Amino acid sequence: MTGSKTPPPAKTVDEGLERGIAGLTEERIRRIIRRVLAGETGARLKAYVDTCIHCGLCSEACHFFLSRDRDPAYSPVGKVKQTLWEILRRDGRVSPDFIKEARIIASTHCNLCKRCAMYCPFGIDVAYLMLVVRRICHLLGVTPLYIQDTAHSHAATLNQMWVKDDEWIDTLMWQEEEARGEIPDLRIPLEKEGADILYSVIGPEPKFQAQLIYQAAVILHVAGVDWTMPATPGWDNSDMAMFVGDNELMGRLKRAHFETAARLRVNRIVMGECGHAFRSVYDVGNRWLGWSMPPIPIVHAIDFYHELLEEGRIRVARRFEEPVTLHDPCNVVRGGGLHEKARAVIRRTCAQLIEMEPNREHNYCCCAGGGVINCGPPYKKHRVESNRVKAEQIAAAKLKGAKVVITPCHNCHSGIEDIIHHYELGVETRFLGDILYQVMEKP
Amino acid sequence: MNELYRLATGPLLWAAFAVFVGGSLYRLLELFLLARRRERFLFTYFSLRYGLRSIAHWVVPFAATNWRRHPALTAVTFAFHLCLLLTPIFLLAHIVLWEEAWNVSWPALPDDWAIGMSFVVIGGCLFFFARRRVVPEVAYVTSASDYGILLLTAAPFVTGVIAYLQWFDVRLFTVLHVLSGEAMLVAVPFTRIRHMLFAPLTRAYMGSEFGAVRHARDW
Ligand code: SF4
Ligand code: SF4
Repeated sequence: MTGSKTPPPAKTVDEGLERGIAGLTEERIRRIIRRVLAGETGARLKAYVDTCIHCGLCSEACHFFLSRDRDPAYSPVGKVKQTLWEILRRDGRVSPDFIKEARIIASTHCNLCKRCAMYCPFGIDVAYLMLVVRRICHLLGVTPLYIQDTAHSHAATLNQMWVKDDEWIDTLMWQEEEARGEIPDLRIPLEKEGADILYSVIGPEPKFQAQLIYQAAVILHVAGVDWTMPATPGWDNSDMAMFVGDNELMGRLKRAHFETAARLRVNRIVMGECGHAFRSVYDVGNRWLGWSMPPIPIVHAIDFYHELLEEGRIRVARRFEEPVTLHDPCNVVRGGGLHEKARAVIRRTCAQLIEMEPNREHNYCCCAGGGVINCGPPYKKHRVESNRVKAEQIAAAKLKGAKVVITPCHNCHSGIEDIIHHYELGVETRFLGDILYQVMEKP
Repeated sequence: MNELYRLATGPLLWAAFAVFVGGSLYRLLELFLLARRRERFLFTYFSLRYGLRSIAHWVVPFAATNWRRHPALTAVTFAFHLCLLLTPIFLLAHIVLWEEAWNVSWPALPDDWAIGMSFVVIGGCLFFFARRRVVPEVAYVTSASDYGILLLTAAPFVTGVIAYLQWFDVRLFTVLHVLSGEAMLVAVPFTRIRHMLFAPLTRAYMGSEFGAVRHARDW
């Protein structure tokens, strides 16, 4: 955490990229680029590229730029220059190696956090421009290996983690059984048609973090919610397809998710603490399917906990003692405006909240989002080094007394954990649901 | 020289205005049609209320977080743009020309003010030039065209001031002033000076998305 110059990132070896470019010809690259530019982009791309006045004012928005000692190549506009401007300037005549570099920049040097759109005087959406680059690379078959694997899993199983249909049901029954040790009449209702709420999670929950399903079941049970989970594919709300640039697959996933909710005739979908999934279901996937807003109301866990606490359906037995700080996840704060509700939940459940600076819409991204963490180990070192400012934010909150970082998002949770570990910050990270489960009144 | 002056203030001036107005309208129409053809959803999300809310925060000095982070740049940017737009409109010598041609007129700025404001524009150009040389993240994305538009912008003000103060050959600099002013007008639709046309649209669109969908501020 010193101010020393960060060394240039080591050359990454990623089989997904190497194999992807091995079969590429410049002719094919040009054809795909033209197809995307002429067929899939339009007024936004034109206006953003034409309007950008090359002022660099977006730079300080980006945690990459700030964390890498203000290296201009990591400023938002700097990333556009190295990728899209070059593609446009050369009218698509770029080499396979260029495509590889562009993929690394668009997929691992940008979290699509949209903070820069709040710092550019013209509201230029660099995240969108990076998505255009990702789309081109996807169609060229040049994608980091690890995230491509999750996309393959989505394609084959409709979930992110190769969870088989029976494993899913088994996991739910297992968690139900565990929870019944604590609350004997608890159920995890499967396939209950006409329930008020469909509860949906991301693939990693049944795979590695089944206790989160347990906790959610306890919260929903105690609150007396009429809820259900599906026993069929369509239960996973996550979406790595959106991040690799595979829009068609994203559409399939979101359709399966919405159709599952429609089949069960629920009134709302409540989702666990995940940010990118919220973005996919609430903002991006629905648009691809032609819904300006989600066809079935989407309620993020923060919003839902807030509702349960405000309505008195969950009561707090004893507030969480240790001082906490809150990491605002981009996708639900800049993407859903849930920052005040998150604070309201914390005020009810925790004794003391110590704010990070800057916070709310202005908070720095965790550097894991936008699929960056899903690009896997080859990029991990670069990722944590590229978020020194987050470590500094957390360290400052710790100096004021914070012992726990609440991160109400799966991606953020893992990203912040990596940062805490790398910079040896000596604090803990928890989900909001962990806290709520711990402090609530239970029968 | 007289011939040239007549040409510059006659047919060329009309042509410059025609290109400026026609070209600007064409650019806006082109963008609008492109949006209709390919990204119709932009109209679905466009919100006048949130669009204006966002614009309001960015056209008021220091109202947006990023303006407050860069006080010197903000002061220069606002002074520069204000003077750039107001000086040519309210300069007495220009109003006289309008009156002769169209028989319309409006109150003029005192000449001293106009000169002062021209210096603000020239100073602004120098400031932006220096920024492009000195600030690494700006230098990194600067290309020749960026210097080009600074030059285009500064030229009518530099020549105008020289002509007014009668430093060199008044008639020569008057002609150069008229020609460079015309060049700048013509450049609006064809160079990145067109941020003047598009910026309100991109800002309003981001404001709409942030306000109506994301329930968050974008300033
Ligand atoms: S990481 Fe965020 S701030 Fe940086 S370029 Fe990407 S969207 Fe912009
Ligand atoms: S702040 Fe906006 S206009 Fe300026 S360089 Fe960045 S994207 Fe371009």
